[in-house]
Amino acid sequence: MSERPLTERIRPDGAPITLSEYEAAGGYQAVRKALGGMSPKDVLQVVKDSGLRGRGGAGFPTGVKWSFVPENPHPKYLVVNGDEMEPGTFKDRVLLEGDPHLLVEGVILASYTIGADVAFVFLRGEYLESERQMKKAITEAYAKGYLGKNILGSEYSLELYVHMSGGRYICGEETALLNALEGKRGNPRTKPPFPQTSGLWGKPSIVNNVETLCNLPGIIAKGPEWFKGLSKTANGGTKLIGVSGKVKNPGLWELPLGVTFREVIFGHAGGMRDGLSLRGIIPGGASTDYLTEEHLDVEMDYETVAKVGSRLGTGTMILMDNKTCPVGMIHNLITFFAHESCGWCTPCREGLPWAEKTLRAIERGEGVMEDLAVLDRLVVDLGPGMTFCALAPGAMAPLGSGLKYFREDFERHIREQRCPWK
Amino acid sequence: MATIYIDNQPYEVKDGQNLLQACLSLGFNVPYFCWHPALQSVGACRQCAVKQFKDENDTVGKIVMACMTPAANGTRISIDDVEAQAFRARMIELYMTNHPHDCPVCDEGGECHLQDMTVMSGHNYRSYRFTKRTYDNQDLGPFINHEMNRCIQCYRCTRFYNNYAGGRDFGPFASHNHVFFGRHEDGALESEFSGNLVEICPTGVFTDKTFKKHHSRAWDLQTAPSVCVHCGLGCNVTPGERYGELRRIRNRYNGEVNGYFLCDRGRFGYEFVNAETRVKEPLLRDDANTTLKAVSKNDALTRVRGLLRDGKVIGIGSPRATVESNYALRALVGAEKFYTGVAKTEHALTATMIDMMRHSPARVPSLREIGEADAVLVLGEDLTNVAPMMALQVYQALYRAMLPEAEKAGIPAWNDAPAREFIQNRRGFMAIAAPADTKLDAFAAVTQHIAPDEVARLGFAVAHEIDTSAPVVEGLSEEARKIAQAIAEGLKKAKRPLVITGPSCGSEDVLKGAFNVAAALCAQGADAALSFVMPECNSMGVGLLGGGALEDAVAAVESGAADTVVVLENDLYRRSEKGLVDRLLAGAKHIVVIDHTRNGVLERAEAVFPVATFVEGDGTLVNNEGRVQRCIQVMNPQEFVQESWRWLGEVCGTVWKNIDALQAELVKALPVFAGITDVVPGAEARFVGQRLPRQPHRYSGRTSMRANINVHEPKIAEDPDSAFTFSMEGFRGKVPGSVIPSYWTPGWNSVQGLSNFQEEVGGALCGGDPGVRLIASDKQAGYAGGAPVKAESRAGEKLVVALAHVFGSDELSALSAPVAERAPKPYMALNPADASELGVKDGDIVEVTVAGVALALPVQARPGLAVGLVGVPVGVVEVPAAQLPAWGVVKKRIEG
Repeated sequence: MSERPLTERIRPDGAPITLSEYEAAGGYQAVRKALGGMSPKDVLQVVKDSGLRGRGGAGFPTGVKWSFVPENPHPKYLVVNGDEMEPGTFKDRVLLEGDPHLLVEGVILASYTIGADVAFVFLRGEYLESERQMKKAITEAYAKGYLGKNILGSEYSLELYVHMSGGRYICGEETALLNALEGKRGNPRTKPPFPQTSGLWGKPSIVNNVETLCNLPGIIAKGPEWFKGLSKTANGGTKLIGVSGKVKNPGLWELPLGVTFREVIFGHAGGMRDGLSLRGIIPGGASTDYLTEEHLDVEMDYETVAKVGSRLGTGTMILMDNKTCPVGMIHNLITFFAHESCGWCTPCREGLPWAEKTLRAIERGEGVMEDLAVLDRLVVDLGPGMTFCALAPGAMAPLGSGLKYFREDFERHIREQRCPWK
Repeated sequence: MATIYIDNQPYEVKDGQNLLQACLSLGFNVPYFCWHPALQSVGACRQCAVKQFKDENDTVGKIVMACMTPAANGTRISIDDVEAQAFRARMIELYMTNHPHDCPVCDEGGECHLQDMTVMSGHNYRSYRFTKRTYDNQDLGPFINHEMNRCIQCYRCTRFYNNYAGGRDFGPFASHNHVFFGRHEDGALESEFSGNLVEICPTGVFTDKTFKKHHSRAWDLQTAPSVCVHCGLGCNVTPGERYGELRRIRNRYNGEVNGYFLCDRGRFGYEFVNAETRVKEPLLRDDANTTLKAVSKNDALTRVRGLLRDGKVIGIGSPRATVESNYALRALVGAEKFYTGVAKTEHALTATMIDMMRHSPARVPSLREIGEADAVLVLGEDLTNVAPMMALQVYQALYRAMLPEAEKAGIPAWNDAPAREFIQNRRGFMAIAAPADTKLDAFAAVTQHIAPDEVARLGFAVAHEIDTSAPVVEGLSEEARKIAQAIAEGLKKAKRPLVITGPSCGSEDVLKGAFNVAAALCAQGADAALSFVMPECNSMGVGLLGGGALEDAVAAVESGAADTVVVLENDLYRRSEKGLVDRLLAGAKHIVVIDHTRNGVLERAEAVFPVATFVEGDGTLVNNEGRVQRCIQVMNPQEFVQESWRWLGEVCGTVWKNIDALQAELVKALPVFAGITDVVPGAEARFVGQRLPRQPHRYSGRTSMRANINVHEPKIAEDPDSAFTFSMEGFRGKVPGSVIPSYWTPGWNSVQGLSNFQEEVGGALCGGDPGVRLIASDKQAGYAGGAPVKAESRAGEKLVVALAHVFGSDELSALSAPVAERAPKPYMALNPADASELGVKDGDIVEVTVAGVALALPVQARPGLAVGLVGVPVGVVEVPAAQLPAWGVVKKRIEG
């Protein structure tokens, strides 16, 4: 079995490990190492060398993102994106609930590197258990001198707070998250400027995903080469990979990047339930394009999945079997996205409800052939570059790819004026 | 300058713009919704999509939003690109999935930006086949009608109301395709600028409720350029008339004055024109009869001519009458027998302000320039309630003062949302010292609620802190000195500091204090500005004409030097102590009143001439910066109603052929008014041989609207005073900014079409912004001498100060029912400390005798009112603003 730096400490029952248990397992050694002799620039170089990429879905190189933060002005902020609302995604929750100190340590390392004065953990509104565990861990960390003034006797000070989201999917978009954290409507912001230069309250800020930050203690403690070695491909590290859908053994595993879909689905997840076959894979949360059986041997890392027309995303795949109606499934997803549109830009606000109503009509057997043209147009108009943020393009990923791979199913719905699966 | 390529043609554009600004300034039709020249870009509506190419070899390109893309040198775009065009049409189609097809019954119809953009985009067939989203609407008060089903969620309303105007009781609610713009609950919108939603909204969500009551289509209105008469700022307006009724007021752009906006007093105060209090016929009183009776024009003229021939006549002018009318009265009675109609204190303050403007080393800023100040000191004025649009500009100035920081961080000023996110709540420096708290206090670094004499002393002290050669203030406390120092420091850091003051404190010393601060800042090398608030729409014009104060007129009557008084458009009871006016009216044998509205003075008159309001006649007004501006007759009034100056011309027999003839004579008599003849092209001016049409080319019912009376079309009324005609026919091309009949160009029926009349979007009108400045400073004045000593308090008395209210304090707008609905009930403000000393709580009746009037008013505790003062709402209680502050005896009413 390969190394599992993110999840190795997590108990089988998921109960959180305490500070002393974490320390006994080598916890906070990375913070001691960084604050005890590494300059922020040194830490940044190690993270850059490791090739760590954002685990929230976009896969942007973490060290590069940090390098845009200017030296001044202060205060600067680090914000942890724990607003895990992507359909099918439940990876950060495992870390937040099972090993909260790993995140606290990651936060300290990232904050130290960018010179943040204050850090916030922004949690999905429903993650009450995560909130409890994070708050407990933060209290323990303050008591032990890992947070607060002059951490471990160094010059560096950091305050860390937990903030619970009011509960919108869009607040997982980093700039909408910043607005929400400021107490404003959770609408995304114009980019540029990026949060690195004008973020929370107009100050330099970094927003990182929970899993991204949890990789840092290992990288700092064991070095970039170790981290790169964890992976099967050029993308360094391990990845939390989940499977939901009608498989024998749905779940979440920490696996080396570069593992194939086949290994995950037919190995770890035990394959499809008896009598079912695989028709579609949404690789990383609902806002990625469908892949199909022909892609089973694709290696799961950022570049390779992109090459076949989808994205690794959050790495938590949703599988569609041959007994599930693709139109119904896509309608379900689009209903979610239409509801979660913030209402700021026209294509998303007005286009998603149109797509939702059209899909509903087709699913109910009330579709007309012209509906497919409407959907095709919406896929273009709500696509990348046309909208204000990535929500609508994300929503169009399963719709657009669904129209490509399952078009015959759409047409059959319309021809037969009913859902063949019902 | 940058060179950009639009559909392969090179164009020169100004640096630092976005592509939408650049394209519109160049005259290209690019549809847009969320962008507005005053609100800038946010990229929400996705309507201004164009295709951008990397270089001349790029044939693929990508769609970008013009409003969010810098017009950098070398940028290559295509507006006509097929994909971009199709995308724009499909955005409209998306709006139409929810927008109701109620144009025929929508007040916005015919001047709707959404209609225009729909046509412009080419969208005409909607493939959406499902139900539309609906909302419940709200009652937003007497000004604004709410119809959310029409909303296209461009977010302009909230960006104006909340970001631009600082309102807090309005905003977006809910999300996805159910975003709602309104209040947390039904109720009148609190902002003084809510009426701008009508013009900001690109479609019919927010429409003018007063206009709705008058029920007319926008294209059926007869309009002409005019000027607001409800405060001293002279905002430009476009009144609209149909069937002899004034039906609404719209903004008229003047880049130097009001820009795109108006306050609600100016927009909704117009109903006085239609009010039952109007006088529409000549009236005479028989000796034996105590009532005024309507008579023929000849009878009235004959009687009045007789009175004037036989009597010892004086004339009392008015700060709410035009320059021409005041001058005509002055010409009738002679300069030495002309009185300004303003009581002594205000009369003297006006003269002082004019004198300061003539010699101040500091600039006198226009409203636009006020918005460009980077630090502000307000002495003794509640701007939001006295000169609302100035408050709005001050609010912009404080925000804009931070924009250079955003630009340093790489955020261009047009990129509105990031700029605001970067700036957050940081604002430029402002200090306010006034007797009571003001709405702008929330944005001030220093606020002082102190008595008028202390406001003056603070002004002198600040000046001395900036420049020690400015007069010193004796007996200043250390605490007061520290405050003065803090204000001085804030102002000294600024490049373009601004000092604002006015007559509201009734104190010449306050003016001097403000003057000295501005002068001291100039002495330090700053480009300082000094702005005065003027109480009424033509206070400045009457001040420039000169003449005695109202008290002098009373003296003339009481000494027997005069027995016949001609009162011009002036309810003297609003401008001076009741006892004094009673003495004047009792002492005069004959009183002739020339006015449009019934009031206490008119009821005492022997003869009355009915006159034109600002929309029924021609005349000029001089605003607080000394800018003379023209009201052009909008509507053809009823038979007898004409300008005061015309009546006066007929009375004295020297009838002026038209306003141009009167102005020529005026300029000869008073060269200070020389610029008045340049305000608009003269009555003889023609454009390509034609006059300018008051009626839009779509004006309907011309041949039928009087058919129930007579099937013959009436002869078009003559207009001897301007180049305009009461017709649909006339010249519709480029004309000077002061006489643009309407902002219409092909495809642009809404107010957004204004861009086609500007030199660049958001800039000056083509041919220059309207108005001519009459006063230039020789910059020769030194410091105003002698800081005042602290006023002694009086045993058993309190100083009663004026509290102004945007709704209620102005005479004419208060006659407009919607405005009256928003006016406060009479009250008396007391500091809680004074209230408890008097043993009264909120609602208790307290009596105060001030300026000869005994008032009994319910108490309102106001922590922001300085201790020791009593505040009363002027215009709402009987004490004229000009009589305040004054000492009064205050006592709790003993019930029983």
